[in-house]
Amino acid sequence: MDYLATILLLAISTALINNMVFHFFVGNCPFIGVSRKLDTAFGMGAAVTFVTTIAALLSWLITWAVLAPGAPLTTWVWHLIRPDAKGVVDLSILNYVVYIFVIAWAVQLVEMYVRKFFPALYKAFGVFLPLITTNCVILFVCLEIMKHVPSAGDVPDPWGLDKALIYAFCAGLGFLIAIVIMAGMREEIEHCDVPKPLQGPGITLIMAGILSLAFLGFTGMDSNLAKILKPAPTPAPEIKAAPPPAS
Amino acid sequence: MSNDGPTPLERFVQGIIPENPVLRQVLGICPTLAVTNTMEGAMTMTGAVLFVLACANVLISLIRGMLKPHLRILVFTLTIAAFVTVADRLLAAFMYDMSKQLGPYIPLIIVNCIIIARCEICAAKQGVWTAFSDAVGQSLGFGLALGCIATVREVLGFGTWFGKWLGWHVIPASIPTDVWSPWVIMVLPPGAFLTLGLLLGATNWMTARTKKA
Repeated sequence: MDYLATILLLAISTALINNMVFHFFVGNCPFIGVSRKLDTAFGMGAAVTFVTTIAALLSWLITWAVLAPGAPLTTWVWHLIRPDAKGVVDLSILNYVVYIFVIAWAVQLVEMYVRKFFPALYKAFGVFLPLITTNCVILFVCLEIMKHVPSAGDVPDPWGLDKALIYAFCAGLGFLIAIVIMAGMREEIEHCDVPKPLQGPGITLIMAGILSLAFLGFTGMDSNLAKILKPAPTPAPEIKAAPPPAS
Repeated sequence: MSNDGPTPLERFVQGIIPENPVLRQVLGICPTLAVTNTMEGAMTMTGAVLFVLACANVLISLIRGMLKPHLRILVFTLTIAAFVTVADRLLAAFMYDMSKQLGPYIPLIIVNCIIIARCEICAAKQGVWTAFSDAVGQSLGFGLALGCIATVREVLGFGTWFGKWLGWHVIPASIPTDVWSPWVIMVLPPGAFLTLGLLLGATNWMTARTKKA
């Protein structure tokens, strides 16, 4: 029950409260560029969700096994080369280069898969698929996961693979929600008389501002939900008595 | 090969206003919105983009004869990722507070459309000097746009300008709060969207007016 509550809280806070588009501003380029039609927007959102989850899986595994300070695989290889080596092996300087490689690879994979099995969908957003590589959402999720992968370094809140995957999926879902809402609004605003200078990106950004104002309303929802889901989870008033957990 | 297309000076001038990456091409929106709640963040971001864009443009321009069409984008991205790592480490070493404040947005320069677009449009086709001046011009244009947004947001949101570095109070703190109080919304995400949207509108309006006149 406690585990379920944690997962649910993580999911809600990622998808709604800290929505990728409206809170962290990532993925704005497709959010403005591809939100003209409802069905393409949905396709884009779904593709992003899918790629994000795959990229998160790969980047968590690679970070944990190879890149993080004191990663098992790297340490093992290093000790094969230099059996008398001391200190922690740390490849985290390579993080960004490896992540972008992983993302490019995942996008290629999804493109091939969609072309083979969903030709109609491929026609609908074939152009956008390569663009997903430069979608900030995916890299942002990889970077967030990087901060939380358990390693020899000092990680404040380590995430297992399960949490990382749920985080990634819900981040994609948040993006999907945002872009679908936006596409619905833009289809309506086609019929409106928008002042000429504001047409196109201008009015879209202003609408996004108002939407983001609405999403601010979710703030604080997580702490209230936490109170309901986890009734009195040791409020820890006697701090000096309880020794800190060894994590 | 390096003789066709705009000259270095033209590239430089075009980047600032006529082809401003944010205001005209509407590229690189993520950092534009995310780091502009203070002037310091905006200027640090501009510096990082300048460094990465200049290095990447020069390197791509030097190796442009060896680029294969189908691997082009991958080469661009990996080059940019390498330089972003350098910029990120430098920031963490010398400006630790800024590095903490900008957080993931420095690594997100890798997927900033401006840089890939400049590599594709200019550096992969033209000589080193053109590529370099293009990079500087585009970065200055980026900085100009970021500066505009950050000025609006910081002055309205905090009442300061370069509050942390220079401590300038544009709106004196002694004004009673019932006359004027900081607009918290300008610091929060909605303020960013609204400011950029209105700024784009104002740019388009001014362009239309100059054309008519």
